[in-house]
Amino acid sequence: MAVTASAPSARESGRPGAWTRVSGALWRRPWARATLLLTPPLAWFLLLYIAALVVLLITAFWQINPFTTNIERVWSLSNLSTIFSSSAYQSVILRTVGMAAAVTLIDTVVALPFAYFMARIATRRTRTFLFVAILLPLWASYLAKVYSWLLIFTHDGVLDWTLSRIGLGQVHLIYTNWAVLTVFCYLWLPFMIIPVYAALERIPPSQIEASQDLGARTWRTTRSVILPLALPGIVAGSIFTFSLTLGDYITPLLVGGTSANFMGNIIYSNIGIANNVPFAAAMALIPIAIMAVYLLTARALGAFEAI
Amino acid sequence: MMMATARTLRRLVKIVPWLAAAAVVTAGCGSGGNTSTTAGSSTAGLTVPTANLPVLQKIGKGEGQLNLIAWEGYLNPIWVKPFQQQTGCQVNAKYAGSSDEMVALMKNGGGGQYDMVSSSGDADLRILYGGDAHPVNMKLIPSWKEFYPAFQSPAFNTINSVHYGVSLQWGPNVLMYNKKDFPTPPTSWSVLYNPKYKGQVTVPDNPIQIADAALYLETHNPGLKITDPYELTQPQFQAAVKLLAQQRPLIEKYWSLASQEIFDFKNGNATLGAGWPYQVSTLKGNHFPIGDAIPSEGATGWADTWMLAAKAPHPNCAYKWMQYISTPKVQAEQAVNYGETPDNKLACGYMNKLQAGSCDEYHANAPASYLNSIKLWKTPIATCDNGKSDCVPYSEWVSAWNTEVK
Repeated sequence: MAVTASAPSARESGRPGAWTRVSGALWRRPWARATLLLTPPLAWFLLLYIAALVVLLITAFWQINPFTTNIERVWSLSNLSTIFSSSAYQSVILRTVGMAAAVTLIDTVVALPFAYFMARIATRRTRTFLFVAILLPLWASYLAKVYSWLLIFTHDGVLDWTLSRIGLGQVHLIYTNWAVLTVFCYLWLPFMIIPVYAALERIPPSQIEASQDLGARTWRTTRSVILPLALPGIVAGSIFTFSLTLGDYITPLLVGGTSANFMGNIIYSNIGIANNVPFAAAMALIPIAIMAVYLLTARALGAFEAI
Repeated sequence: MMMATARTLRRLVKIVPWLAAAAVVTAGCGSGGNTSTTAGSSTAGLTVPTANLPVLQKIGKGEGQLNLIAWEGYLNPIWVKPFQQQTGCQVNAKYAGSSDEMVALMKNGGGGQYDMVSSSGDADLRILYGGDAHPVNMKLIPSWKEFYPAFQSPAFNTINSVHYGVSLQWGPNVLMYNKKDFPTPPTSWSVLYNPKYKGQVTVPDNPIQIADAALYLETHNPGLKITDPYELTQPQFQAAVKLLAQQRPLIEKYWSLASQEIFDFKNGNATLGAGWPYQVSTLKGNHFPIGDAIPSEGATGWADTWMLAAKAPHPNCAYKWMQYISTPKVQAEQAVNYGETPDNKLACGYMNKLQAGSCDEYHANAPASYLNSIKLWKTPIATCDNGKSDCVPYSEWVSAWNTEVK
């Protein structure tokens, strides 16, 4: 009896409990509150993310012993100079950037009308249906999707079989960079549609009406009102499509042919086959540098201030 | 949602220069102190750093665990389960996809984490000269005496009569062809270099393919005086690389996974190729009309070894595993299930019991003559057999494969 009665008696006597005192102290000191809240995620970010990245960047300036493949901690730029002096690696870089740009361009062209329809024309039901249709493939395994494309492109696969049935001959897309381009465009399309949709949905109808009231026709309204307001969405989407293409190596490995050597494949083969981690790290600096330039350019263009 | 994305991006953009700066600063700080601690190993005058470590004299009680790095299919429950029951050593598998991955995993003597690796001849020397393998006492492995002499102390796992593991199995890299397209079996690797078969050829995506080209040139270009496809002087190496560069337009796909080659044969993307008996037996199992041959020029091949890690945490279980895996019955089980040739002479009878005719099919009874036609994978190193150091090392094979062939 005495034990159960002790709690209410403490409260009655006006002495606050330990928790109440702590929360009171935190309420009086906002900086302590923020520190407590931010320390775990910040520590995680610094340790796992930034530290790993910094280690990678340092490794790029080391070499391996060509025979035992042990890492030798001698500082030099030889990995980078190999990359920039070899025409083979230069064409790999150009091919990768070209592919990333082409995928971004195609996905933008496909995503814009699609997202516009979803955001401004479709009924609520159609919109829900389209959302599910876009998001559903994201739940499927990446490999399952690439392998299904392999079955479409293969010799006498769905594509060539259909084309020859309707008398158009065969295209033999398997193991070409056209196949790689198609699969990339398919894989990353949702990452473009969703931000563009979000940008278009937020355009107030009054702005479009104002444009029309001022005498602008469809094209003029699209160009001067809708596109500038959609730009942040396009830039956000393009960062996904561009960087995802820049780093991927599985799609070229599976559906690409003899000239499907991309930066990701060089990194993969230098880690997995040659065990040359420093060279792979040096190669990994290039997509990082390209993305840094890309993001800074996007900022300079005012894409981020537009929101 | 858009707002959040843009804000995050803006912060990211601010972080990027910081990252770069941090990297440069750290790099700058480290450079002074670290240059002196360079690992001074070179390919000339090689010694095995672990050669003088004491070997186990008597196998003690098992530690209950055994951590193995293996090729997929090498730790089949058919032979792993009885081992676990007999010895109480629980086998923990880590599968590796390439020889180089095995070398990487064995770094730092297996890191005190792994006990053994089933590496091939092209990785073995790199592992043991890297100081990652431990000498093995062959007296403790009775079945080793039943091995064919060629696999008792092969150069790829035995240096100066110190053993670093027990040989396991071996097999050839064969010429594969679709019997429908080739009613008369091809007898030369030349079909893989014939422009007539443009877009029908599939070969492994592996720098060691340069040895296959060198083996072909050994017969077809005697002027180059190639004697060993893994010991190539600069002109011999250049000729092999040139041959592969000429082959490139004929290639439909450089395969990196065995399953890719099976897919391509099944779907008609390829009618000719180089592959392993594993792909052949899988396709045969699917009733696909696949043919395989060891052409007149001979073939390259692999020979695997269970190597002991320098820092193996469970040495007693590792020795029990070496004892077990070298016995004729287990050798036969692995040979028939994987499709390769056992090293134990007595395995033949067990193989035929498991699958009639399999002893002949995998050449388990005729190695002496047959073995001579197979050039087993080994690590190309700068020092040739004749002691001169004018051979092309493996690192150049990798860069030539990536920049000149592909």
